[in-house]
Amino acid sequence: MNKCVERLYNGIFKENPTFVLMLGMCPTLATTTTAINGVGMGLTTTAVLIFSNLIISALRKIIPDRVRIPAYIVIVASLVTIAQLLLKAFIPALDKSLGIFIPLIVVNCIILGRAEAYAAKNGPLESAFDGIGMGLGFTLGLTCIAVFRELLGAGSIFGITIIPEAYKISIFGLAPGAFFVLAGLTALQNKFKMPSATNGLAQESVLACGGNCSHCTGSACMANHATLETRRLQAEEEALNAKKAEVAQRQAQLSQKLDKKDQ
Amino acid sequence: MNKLLNVSSSPHARSNVLTQNLMFDVAIAMIPASVYGVYQFGLKALCILLVTVAGCVLSEYVYESLMGKPITIMDGSALVTGMILALNMPPEIPLWIPLLGGIFAIIVVKQLYGGLGQNFMNPALAARCFLLISFANQMSGSAFKLDGVSTATPLSVMKNGGAVDVAAMFVGKIPGTIGEVSVIALLIGAVYLLVRKVISIRIPAAYLITFAVFVFVFGDHTPAFVLAHLCGGGLIFGAFFMATDYVTSPITPKGQILFGILLGVLTGLFRLFGGAPEGVSYAIIISNLMVPLIEKVTLPVAFGKEGKKA
Repeated sequence: MNKCVERLYNGIFKENPTFVLMLGMCPTLATTTTAINGVGMGLTTTAVLIFSNLIISALRKIIPDRVRIPAYIVIVASLVTIAQLLLKAFIPALDKSLGIFIPLIVVNCIILGRAEAYAAKNGPLESAFDGIGMGLGFTLGLTCIAVFRELLGAGSIFGITIIPEAYKISIFGLAPGAFFVLAGLTALQNKFKMPSATNGLAQESVLACGGNCSHCTGSACMANHATLETRRLQAEEEALNAKKAEVAQRQAQLSQKLDKKDQ
Repeated sequence: MNKLLNVSSSPHARSNVLTQNLMFDVAIAMIPASVYGVYQFGLKALCILLVTVAGCVLSEYVYESLMGKPITIMDGSALVTGMILALNMPPEIPLWIPLLGGIFAIIVVKQLYGGLGQNFMNPALAARCFLLISFANQMSGSAFKLDGVSTATPLSVMKNGGAVDVAAMFVGKIPGTIGEVSVIALLIGAVYLLVRKVISIRIPAAYLITFAVFVFVFGDHTPAFVLAHLCGGGLIFGAFFMATDYVTSPITPKGQILFGILLGVLTGLFRLFGGAPEGVSYAIIISNLMVPLIEKVTLPVAFGKEGKKA
């Protein structure tokens, strides 16, 4: 059971498909114009992901290795067809606004990626939980992006107007806005070192500019190096002074002890 | 110590030209156009100018101090970006929009890519396009007012097949953005830049000639039409002040001419066949993206190396 919880944590935070794995970018950029679309897309993908992981994991010993990709696609395509028909029947408005991106879940890289990377090697229960975790992580990513885009681009969240009409920045509702928000949120995620696969062991660069020196010819870089060099020298000097002080203190203590013994 | 014994690495002969001098020259060259804009559109234009420049300089200062980088506001590049952006604003715009544009230009287009010299697009123009897409209503020609009466810009009149007064366009008695209306004020600034050798004539000349030929061939076959297109919109401003930005234009002489030709063709295409009446900013931004490719194919053979064998 512990493994299942670990799968959930892994999908939502550690290997979040949107901000860490950078998978499924097409629906991420295209369907996040409004918060409700983001949630809808995320939950539809989650539903497909859970069942595809479950079925593929259950059939993993039957499917021959050489034809596994076509077999996965058949399973995923059937599930997506079911999901689309259900959406058409019960939430037609969402189906209309998501449009082509519902059938395109078939080729969503998260689904094939999880089938290949996890479900094909693990038992059905863990795989199903992996699907839930990844799906919820995807939903979380999409909702975050969509909330920001809807707020800035249309002035509302989940359809509730917050910013007046005259102050909305409509570029955030369009394609460039999707890139701005995705980049901004990923940068924040990296900045605050949220626990994830890419942040855990990554060494913090010592350079103020980020340290991509081979691509840099700028004078700013040289200035940076100069400041860093002086800072490093200062730190070294301080360390040296501290050591000297420590040694002096110890010597003083030693001599005191010796004095006491002598007495 | 004896100075003769000092050894340093090359270059030994240095020019006195600094980024600062160049940027302040560009700023000085924009003064005639700014003064005319303020004269024509009133104090509102001055406010826009001040707010945009302040926005650019302050956001550069705040970003660089937060990131622990050397502060570069004194090199004048943020000032120039702010001025170009402000001169690209319609005079009726609410003040917070150019402020937002200034912040976007400096933080997103310039600093996030590594500061001055690392940006692949002209920051002011990228910000203008950002504002054009975001606030189409406030930025478009329908909001321009001259003598209290709303009129269309000459380019949109021409787009709809109307006639325009070329002489008024040359002097600047037309609606438009703050800095682009007076061709004569812009040309004074351009001559200053050319005399001070801040810019070379290659890019503007290639740009304007290609554009004139393109418009003559594909538009109305009359000199008056070509002249009106040359004087209308942001073409002169773009050709002399924005396309010649050092960071985002090619450094090879052949490349500069190629860059100008590309600009001319794109601007002509956008103006004659595009949906909007104006296309200078998009043409310059798209050509900015081509600069690495242009430089790659026009790189001159280094001295001492054999040229390509025919």
